[in-house]
This record gives sequence, structure tokens and C-alpha cells, in this order.
Amino acid sequence: MKLITAIIKPFKLDDVKDALKAIGVTGMTVTEVRGFGRQGGHTETYRGAEYKIDFVPKVSVETVVSDAQVDAVVDAIASAAHSEKIGDGKIWVVDVERLIRIRTGEEGDHAV
Amino acid sequence: MRLVTAVIKPFKLDEVKDALKAIGVTGMTATEVRGFGRQGGHTETYRGAEYKIDFVPKVRLELVVDDAQVDEVVDTIASTAATDKIGDGKIWVTAVDRIVRIRTGEEGSAAI
Amino acid sequence: MGLDTGDTAWVLISAALVLFMTPGLALFYGGMVRSKHVLGMLMQNIFAMGIISVLWSAVGYSLAFGGSGRFIGDFSLAFLNGADGITGTIPTMAFVAFQMMFAVITPALITGATADRLKFASYAVLIAAWALLVYFPVARWVWNSNGWIFQMGALDFAGGAAIHINAGIAALAVVLVIGNRIGHGSEPMPPHNLPTTILGTGILWFGWMGFNAGSALAANGVAAQAVVNTHLAAAAGMLGWLIAERKQAGHATTLGAASGAVAGLVAITPCAGFVGGASPLIIGAVAGALCYLALGIKARLKLDDSLDVIAVHLVGGIIGTVLLGLFADTGVNDGGADGLFYGGGVELLVDQVIAAVSVLIYSFVVTYVIAKVIDRTMGLRVDSNDERAGLDQSQHSESAYQA
Repeated sequence: MKLITAIIKPFKLDDVKDALKAIGVTGMTVTEVRGFGRQGGHTETYRGAEYKIDFVPKVSVETVVSDAQVDAVVDAIASAAHSEKIGDGKIWVVDVERLIRIRTGEEGDHAV
Repeated sequence: MRLVTAVIKPFKLDEVKDALKAIGVTGMTATEVRGFGRQGGHTETYRGAEYKIDFVPKVRLELVVDDAQVDEVVDTIASTAATDKIGDGKIWVTAVDRIVRIRTGEEGSAAI
Repeated sequence: MGLDTGDTAWVLISAALVLFMTPGLALFYGGMVRSKHVLGMLMQNIFAMGIISVLWSAVGYSLAFGGSGRFIGDFSLAFLNGADGITGTIPTMAFVAFQMMFAVITPALITGATADRLKFASYAVLIAAWALLVYFPVARWVWNSNGWIFQMGALDFAGGAAIHINAGIAALAVVLVIGNRIGHGSEPMPPHNLPTTILGTGILWFGWMGFNAGSALAANGVAAQAVVNTHLAAAAGMLGWLIAERKQAGHATTLGAASGAVAGLVAITPCAGFVGGASPLIIGAVAGALCYLALGIKARLKLDDSLDVIAVHLVGGIIGTVLLGLFADTGVNDGGADGLFYGGGVELLVDQVIAAVSVLIYSFVVTYVIAKVIDRTMGLRVDSNDERAGLDQSQHSESAYQA
């Protein structure tokens, strides 16, 4: 199994979720995060004091999938999250050694 | 490529970000998390009822870097985030199988 | 003059309006600090409602309004014994209540300057001592008919000198003793919740109607003029600040709108029942713009007046107190005087400057000594671990927002 993590633009979350559901992904975890990247940040000014805000709001989507599904999932996220504007985000894949569904105790691909 | 994950004290975030920028890191993701570790928690009291708060606020930093840069990145985070007081946090490194930049579809080192 | 029920009703309502300003101030400041310190800030403000009210009833009212001294009263009205007569056309007890709310909010104004680092127990001692040694005497000077500033002829309708200059310069004195926040100038410390600050601004603006118009101590034409002046100065203050801000920093901000309105309210406070016509608009706009420009003072002094008490209250209070010497008009209130622009010559202007400078010097010196003594004995400031953890957790064992 692999853990796929995608950092995407927040307004793309629903598109990504629908695209993943359509290819049979049954679960994912979503976190509001802040990202710093080539998109750059912006400045905010409070009573004349300027603050450089480097981190902009992003959403992190994490899902564990079976090896056979990895490429389909990565491609689905990549095309659904795509806006062609800088700051679309990144997707990375790391190996998962063990996976358990807590309710049933199932392990491995059964627990995906 | 490697995924470097660091859990640090929240007030150290800006310093760590600036130090990473200085060594050429162009992107990272920050998340507000709560950590439980040797630092221990604290108690809060509401109308006489005590609550033990074991999880204290932390920031989790994630960044994917080239193999060649991993050690420099880890060392930079470690030296910048250190306060010598308990609760400075942890850094770990995992292998990344695949990485995609969503906007361009670039993969591998080009996508970092 | 007998008791007037209309006057009495208005002053009683005004007391409640002014009371409401202190929690309003708490929210105004609370939104501007970082989230780990917000309860510390709210607590410092509402705690003033507790301790100062008790002190006021015990000795404060008597020291400010009892006896016949020019500089301080006596204990003849301690615990409000004998305060059951009539003052003007209202029960003395209505006046006691109204003035009590002024005593409550004045020390609370200081907390904006010392945000995120004041030890709670030391704060309690600080504001109690400050009320006793600074506020009660200054209220005597300015508002009691025996007080030396009152007798000199200087005017302060609702507290430009007695409240805003007084608290503003005290804030400077305490900051000099306590020092800057850890990370000041190197870590970003933006406001954590501006909607809260805007809500606080609304409450302050609303309560200020009672603060200024209640100071007429009657439901009459002067009170009505004060309501209009108060509102117009806040409005013009907002515009003045926003124009200056937009010109200098590029954006008109919500915090700027809120701060400008408060600056206008501060400046109109001494003038509210003594000016009319376009004067409140001029006073408000000048205060809005100048208070914005005064934000730079703390940067130049490398002084961590965290929430700009000096720029808004000290500078705004000085602007209002001095401009009253120009704009006062006996056509509006024959109990007042004419300023330079209304044929009164420079006499009132000189009196206003003397009043402002006297309060400034007295409050600074005494506050500095109080703060220094507390710092040497119990320590004014939390230790660095507690400051890092936040006042909410370290001083009160609570947190504002549960994860």
C-alpha cells in the first residue's frame, strides 16, 4: 500500500473528492494547512505595521491506496486539482508498511 | 526524494521558514497540530473542575526534498528550532516513491 | 433646583452605557492580541469592573468628590455614607454610579500597552494603586468644583485630560518599566481575531453616547448636542484615519476604521458638550489622521506599546483637550467658555495646555514610581516560559479556544 498526500488549492477540494469517489476511492483525510511555495505570499498591514504572510491557505488530502491503484489516484488528483495557475500544489507518494482498519482488525489491502 | 516531517514549537515557525529559504528550499506545508511528548501538558480549571491538557500546540512542517539536500535541510531545521528547552520537537525522514507538480504535471526532481 | 426625573433617568441609563464600554474595550483589545493571550487581556479589563468598583465605593468617590481640598478630597463620604442627597437635579447616588463607571474604564485603558506580559497579581495591585494615587486625585482636580484645574477654568467635558491623557501617559510609564514583549520586532504578532475587535468597537461607540452625553448630567440640549458631536467625531475620525492610512500604506483596513473611530471618540470626549457646528467633524478628522501618524512614535522609540494606547489615547486626548481651546463656543453651552476661534482669546487655550501638561507630568511620574515599586517587590512581568505559553494558560489556567 501507499500513502498519497496531495496539497491542493482549497476550492479544488470538492472536485478532487468527486474524482476520487468516481474511481472507487472510499476514504480520505482532509486537513486545512498552510503552504509556502512558488506562489509566494502576500503582505498584511495592521496599524501601519507590515506583516509578510508567506504561508497561504491550502488543503492537504491524504489517502492510503493499494499499489495497483496508486497511479490512477495520483492522475485523478492531478487532473482534478489542476487550474494551470501557480500554486496548484503537489502530490507525493510514500510506502506504507502496514495498515489496519480499527473496527474489524482487517489488515493490508482489505483495510484500504 | 525524501519527505522531511518536523514537529516544532509554533513560535519557531517563521525562523525555521526563513532558514530553509536561505538554503534554497522553495516550498513547505505547515499544519497546526497538537503534540504529546516529554514536555507534558498542563492543567486547566473551569469552575473548579480540572482538565489535564496533555496535547500542547505544535506546528508540523512537511517538505519533499532531493536526496542530496536531505541532511542539510534536517540540520537546518534542527539548529533553528532548538531552544534547549523540553518540547522542541522531532524531525523524521521517509522515502518518496513519486512526486507530481499539479500545475505542470512535472515529476521527480523537477517537481520539487 | 429640585430633582428632575428626566435628568435622573438619563444619567442612570448613561451609567449603564458607560459600564458596557469596559467589556467593549476588552473585546476591542482582545481581538488584537495573539490567541494564547486573549483571556489574559479580557480578564485584565473585566477585572477592573470588580476591583475599581469596590475601591470607588469605599474611598474613591470620597477622595474625588468629598471635602473641600483643591488636590484631593477626604474620607467624609467613605462607603458612600452621606452620598444620599441631590447633586444638581439628580440624586447624588446617580452621580456616584455614573462616575464609578469612568473610574472603572480608565485604568483598563492601560492594558493595551502592556499586552501579553503583565503578571495578573501585579496587575491587580497596579490598577488599585493607580486608581488611589493617580485617578482619584486627577478626577478631583478636573471635575470637582474645589479642584484646582476646575477652578482655573480649564474645561474637560467627559475626560480628555482626566481619562485619556491620564491613562495614555500612564501606559507609557508602565511600558518603560515592564519592557517589550519577547520577540517584539522579530516575530510577527498580528491580531488574532479582528471581528472581535470590530464588535468591541461597536460597543465602545454605543457606550460613548452615555460617556459623553451623560456628562451633561441632564437630559437637555447640551446632552443632545453631545450625542451628535460624539457620533460625528467618531465618523470623521474613521474617515481621517482611513484617508491617512490609504495614502501611506495603500489600503483602507478594518482595523484602521475601528481605530480611527476610537481616535475620534477620544478627541471629542473633552469637547462633547462645549462645541457645535462643524467643530466635531474637524476635531474627529484631525484626531483620526494624527493618531494614525502617531503610530510611528513607538517604532522610533523602539517601544512596545503593543496596542497603541499612546497613539490613540494619549495623542487623541491631547488633540481634544487642546483643540477645545480653539473650538469652545458658549453659544452651545453657556456654562463653558469661548475658545480662540469664537472670540474668547487665548485664555482658554492656555488653561487647556496647563491642564494637559499637569496631568501628563503628574500621571507619568506617579505611575512610573508605582510600576517600579511593584516590579522590584513582586515583579510586574511574567517569566519567559509563562509568556511563551501565553497568559491564558500561565495566569488563568484556561484557554480561549478548545482544539
